[in-house]
Amino acid sequence: MPPKKRDWSWRSRATRGIVYQAIAVAAIAAAVWFLAHNTIENMRVRGIQSGFGFLTQPAGFDIGESVFAYESSDPYWKAFLVGLSNTLRAAIVGIVLTTLLGTLLGIGRLSRNFLLRSACTAYVELFRNIPVLLQMLMWYFVLNEWLPPVSDALHPIPGVFLSKSGMSFPVPVWQPGYLVALTGVFAGAIGAWLYRHRARTAFERTGIARPMVWPPLLILVACAFVGWIAGGAPTALELPERNDLNVAGGGAVTPEFLAVTIGLTVYTAAFVAEIVRSGIQSVAWGQTEAASALGLTRGQALKLVLLPQALRVIIPPLTNQYLNLTKNSSLAVAVGYPDLVSISNTTLNQTGRAVECIAVIMAVYLTLSLVTAGLMNWYNARSAIRER
Amino acid sequence: MRRSTIPMLAATLLAIAAPLVATNAHAGKTLDAIKQRGEVVCGVNTGLAGFSAADSQGNWTGLDVDICKAIAAAVLGDAKKVKWVPLNAQQRFTALQSGEVDVLSRNTTFTLTRDASLGLNITAVTYYDGQGFIVPKKSKITSAKQLKNAEICVQSGTTTEKNLTDYFKSQNVKIKPVVFEGFEASVKAFFSGRCQAYTTDASGLASIRNKEAQIPDDYVILPELISKEPLGPMVRRGDDEWFAIVKWVIYALLEAEEYGLTQANVDQMKTSTDPSVQRILGTSEDTGKLLGLDKEWAYRAGKSVGNYGEIFERNVGPQSALKLPRGVNNQWNKGGLMYAPPIR
Repeated sequence: MPPKKRDWSWRSRATRGIVYQAIAVAAIAAAVWFLAHNTIENMRVRGIQSGFGFLTQPAGFDIGESVFAYESSDPYWKAFLVGLSNTLRAAIVGIVLTTLLGTLLGIGRLSRNFLLRSACTAYVELFRNIPVLLQMLMWYFVLNEWLPPVSDALHPIPGVFLSKSGMSFPVPVWQPGYLVALTGVFAGAIGAWLYRHRARTAFERTGIARPMVWPPLLILVACAFVGWIAGGAPTALELPERNDLNVAGGGAVTPEFLAVTIGLTVYTAAFVAEIVRSGIQSVAWGQTEAASALGLTRGQALKLVLLPQALRVIIPPLTNQYLNLTKNSSLAVAVGYPDLVSISNTTLNQTGRAVECIAVIMAVYLTLSLVTAGLMNWYNARSAIRER
Repeated sequence: MRRSTIPMLAATLLAIAAPLVATNAHAGKTLDAIKQRGEVVCGVNTGLAGFSAADSQGNWTGLDVDICKAIAAAVLGDAKKVKWVPLNAQQRFTALQSGEVDVLSRNTTFTLTRDASLGLNITAVTYYDGQGFIVPKKSKITSAKQLKNAEICVQSGTTTEKNLTDYFKSQNVKIKPVVFEGFEASVKAFFSGRCQAYTTDASGLASIRNKEAQIPDDYVILPELISKEPLGPMVRRGDDEWFAIVKWVIYALLEAEEYGLTQANVDQMKTSTDPSVQRILGTSEDTGKLLGLDKEWAYRAGKSVGNYGEIFERNVGPQSALKLPRGVNNQWNKGGLMYAPPIR
């Protein structure tokens, strides 16, 4: 067949399509340029200084909690980083807890036990219908009213203090021995992977299934333990201590962090529960029957037949919930958690660079969302049907 | 049919772009706009007792509010011709820059950064404030220097956070700020015991203690003031005429107090033979003409809200709910800092 000659005339549908699309792109670009230019020009005319130069100036304000060391004499960009790290901390912990809680609730909604089923339904209906900001504020004020002042902090187990200033807990003191233990974990992970690989090859060759969960886990734990022993079995812990005004030392999470994380988790878990339930229900009943007809146990049926099909339905909306959770974490400023928005608010007020600060926030949330979506798309592609 | 797509697209684009072009046009003098509109648009605090707060009928009261009323009386002849725009700390400068409000009378501190880089002009100080601390009485803290390692609740979007850091840095004391976006949340957190201290301007502390604490006497305001907070209205740059009007209305209120003109006696004083009084009330020279107003501008400002002393007493003074002493906000000849340039 001779290659079809491209028809560049206006009568060709393809040509018109290209022209229209080029016009559309040009129009959007022109609109963006126009808005940006207009803004900059108007700000110049009104004598409003602009630009991102302020980011290298010293910030001059303290931040209540930070993942890494920060001083008030550090520049603004570092303050933004502190805010970003706090946002990420809340979002990641929130996503992990939400997935666990939401999955349990979703399965609970399908339980044969009436009480459990009703409780899960009530949870979902209650928490997904109350705005998340109100929930955060509620958790925050409940925590603050309910917990004792720091002077008589709760001391439920040794080394743990619970008060209005947050929760303090012991953390291991870093010793070189942990490096050996980490090497053990690494070696264990390789061993576990090797075991699974061999087990799968053997299964595909002979059809005899070997346990895939417990032995690799055992290998991992055993290697880590051996590494820890070899490293001299370090056990030193840094314990929080009470002094006259507060509790110092050890690890600590503030009531603000707790309120944000609990609020986000409890709210988003209600949605995740519905997604998990609908995902499981979307798999036709015939699949379950077919699995038992093949002689699969209930666990095998779930793992090999039902879940892989349910996941295809679950993952795309679950991604949305992860994105929502990350974006909702921007409400943290309402309960005094120094997240990115909080830091940006302070910066905006000290420097007056409104456009720049909002641009930074937007860029960061966009990036976070795109990264999350990218990861979930990758996972979705992995669990999609491989058509042969 | 299909051929008409491109012209239509172009027309749509033009329609979108047209209003954007229009915003570029010169807005005209602020005073002309106000006269044409028939009201002064005034940006105020969303709610700070004694400075600007709305009651259940939507009537605004407070020191910052009275300044705007005086401006409206001077410019339009009626103190009621004000449109109130409640603004939070983050919105305020943008609202003024973009022309949403004519004047920002919202307990705003004058600083170099704000004067020099925001495209705004600071007018005149209406209240000399300073940042302080409030603590529960039972904590037995009597000085800010004892707040070592303390957690301090603060509302964001103010100069407060930086002052806090600066002060404790100079004292070589570590503290932990807990920063809230909303006023309500920050105050509630403090009174529920989340923080060992709360910090804001001293006037705000008095307002909080009297309005928000269940038992005001359970809380003490520490003696240290850690910063200078000169508060007053701001206007947009580029309209010197309006800048001068706002400034001189404030000076007129101060001068009125200095020369003993009150809301009650201002009509009788029109017959006064004191040249200074005559100039303020416009019975001799026409000072209003120089500002682009009529000769009774200052008379109407004083008549509508009273002189500065009366405004102070009514809203924040010892007889009001806030019970703030006059202190540095007294007239210069009575030991205070209030010193208005002469109207002549």
